[in-house]
Amino acid sequence: MKLKYFAWVRERVGKAEEIVEPPAEVRTVGDLIGWLAARDDAYAYAFEKPTVIRAAIDHAHVKSDAAISGAREIAFFPPMTGG
Amino acid sequence: MTVAATIRIQQADFDVAQEIAALSRGRTDVGAVVSFSGICRGSEQGEPIAALTLEHYPEMAEAEIGRHADEALSRWPLQGLTIIHRFGRITPGENIVLVVTASAHRQAAFEAAEFLMDYLKTNAPFWKREESARGTSWIEAQGHDDAAAARWTKS
Repeated sequence: MKLKYFAWVRERVGKAEEIVEPPAEVRTVGDLIGWLAARDDAYAYAFEKPTVIRAAIDHAHVKSDAAISGAREIAFFPPMTGG
Repeated sequence: MTVAATIRIQQADFDVAQEIAALSRGRTDVGAVVSFSGICRGSEQGEPIAALTLEHYPEMAEAEIGRHADEALSRWPLQGLTIIHRFGRITPGENIVLVVTASAHRQAAFEAAEFLMDYLKTNAPFWKREESARGTSWIEAQGHDDAAAARWTKS
């Protein structure tokens, strides 16, 4: 699946997007955040406050308990400040 | 009658007066047009800023604004709806966002415009970064914006 990062999440991770293949036990958005945070210091810093991070699956907002199975694109970003 | 919303996500500036006029020009069924324009302020929390840069998630911004436009059209009897949101670098005094609603009567136009702005603030995937003499920093989301959006949730 493709992951996309925006705003300070993108800056902390150090890239705008990447392709990942998480193991089968990573089932939800929350699991995915935990798996990413364990990768290295940059990811750990980006996801240090998991409750602040917002997520979208295939361009729609989701909560952290959303299943990631079948997702084509998952995005992580801070609370939005448009308008 | 099916009303189609006009939605534009663009880097270029827009003409507020022209967008307002476009929703009622040549028709006699519109009795009320409400517009909200969001403009870049020259200061944030008392500190002067040089510019805002808006980052966005293009595919999702289009999808999310489209969903909210559809919801507004289903909840209020609107005759027209225009939503424009800019991205990129915007300097103080420039337009950022525009919502224009047209209806037979004012209440629907006012409410739909307010609903859309409250949702754009909290749900549309845009992030503002400010430039000032101290460098650049991401603007933090405001809790009162979440509260404003929550009051439109149907219980």
